[in-house]
Amino acid sequence: MNYLHSIGTYFLMIAEMFRKPTKWSVMKKLILKDIDDLIIGSLGIVAFIAFFVGGVVTIQTALNIDNPLIPKYLVGFATRQSILLEFAPTFLSIVMAGKVGSFITSSIGTMRVTEQIDALEVMGINSINYLVFPKFIALMLYPFLICIGMFLGILGGLVACLYGGFSAPEDYITGIQLDFDPFHITYAFIKTGVFAFLLATIPSYHGYYMTGGALEVGKASTTSFVWTSVFIILLNYLLTQMLLS
Amino acid sequence: MIEVKDLHKSFGDSEILKGITTSFEQGKTNLIIGQSGSGKTVFLKCLLGLFDYEGGSISYNGKIFSRLSEDEKRNIRAEIGMVFQGSALFDSMTIEENVMFPLRMFTKLNKNDMRERADLALKRVNLDTAHNKMPSEASGGMQKRVAIARAIVNRPKYLFCDEPNSGLDPKTSIVIDNLIKEITEEYKITTVINSHDMNSVMEIGEKIVFLKDGLKAWEGSNKTIFRTDNEVVTDFVYSSNLFKKVRKMYLEENS
Repeated sequence: MNYLHSIGTYFLMIAEMFRKPTKWSVMKKLILKDIDDLIIGSLGIVAFIAFFVGGVVTIQTALNIDNPLIPKYLVGFATRQSILLEFAPTFLSIVMAGKVGSFITSSIGTMRVTEQIDALEVMGINSINYLVFPKFIALMLYPFLICIGMFLGILGGLVACLYGGFSAPEDYITGIQLDFDPFHITYAFIKTGVFAFLLATIPSYHGYYMTGGALEVGKASTTSFVWTSVFIILLNYLLTQMLLS
Repeated sequence: MIEVKDLHKSFGDSEILKGITTSFEQGKTNLIIGQSGSGKTVFLKCLLGLFDYEGGSISYNGKIFSRLSEDEKRNIRAEIGMVFQGSALFDSMTIEENVMFPLRMFTKLNKNDMRERADLALKRVNLDTAHNKMPSEASGGMQKRVAIARAIVNRPKYLFCDEPNSGLDPKTSIVIDNLIKEITEEYKITTVINSHDMNSVMEIGEKIVFLKDGLKAWEGSNKTIFRTDNEVVTDFVYSSNLFKKVRKMYLEENS
């Protein structure tokens, strides 16, 4: 029953997010602030992880392909496919559930604990629209972040080839251009869009409806990370089944 | 004026408010007092519209709140100023931005006019040098004064304060009490204060509503509270020896 109640409350929160909008001059600033906090503030960690994991994927693939009958350009091909289809949209989204999700839950949760949300409500402001909608709009730019992750992941693989000698850079470049299907990019961005929605709303739900004190803010952040990750994995499976099979 | 009739509020099986009827007059400091768990905060949150209630009615200047449309409710809320127990200042904004916030949300004033109004409100609470500080850099007393400035900047008709003296030293408490009383009289606001503080009760309680177990146990003022023989009230208000002596002296002087 509790789960049903939570799911109902979550969908009511989403509906409320679009009702009674906050004044545009105020909302504009909130959106820009959230773009800075959630997107620009995540560029560093996304770039770092994407670059090195791209390198590791290339090294692992190269080391595991020791059959002389398998062409060397397959390293680039496998790296590209892994990064475009799974690593960038899904793996980075789980990292972001930890980074951005915890930030959203703890910032909204702290506002709940310190009665700042009550203050908004007393003033007659739709607090869900004021707090959650700017995050939702800011995370519409999330595909841009994933795009950078894709580029740097593939670049990381090339750098591993250049400096690690696991594969010839020419073979790698041939591999990344081989059999390219543009729909894979569409598929990756559809997933990214869905994950962006989850990243904005699930942590907001856990922060907004939390009760208790400072300790509960920490617990809510952990719970929000777990549930965001669970739904990312589940929807990843469903979307892959629907779009690629 | 705020009128409350037979207000009932429950959480699950637990009935918190069991039929409260009272009124809060304009231009007066009205205090709600009572022990912890007596239903004061729930009562205040019902008055503010933060909690729905099962029975009874609350009316603001004759308009029954629960019967109003969403737009009308929003208009009444825009006339409410609230000082929360923990001040509830927005910690991502400076003190000036906090005070300007209701103006940004509900008026079409330009930035200079908003600054001017915020400046006036901050001066009114004797805080004219803290504009660019963050709330975390301000002391508890300063935060309370900023919260009062934010509550009055949009010239509200109703001011609600939830334990405005909690966590403050006695001297700062008196400053805050006097400030609230002066503002109430100056702007002719209906002020409702939820308090535990007996100094506030004696100093500024022009109307006092005493709650016990979700019911109104007594109603009076800081003048009549000395003479009441209601044991529930005297047990609570005169629980300390100091207040027992003060009461005794008052009654001896005025007998």
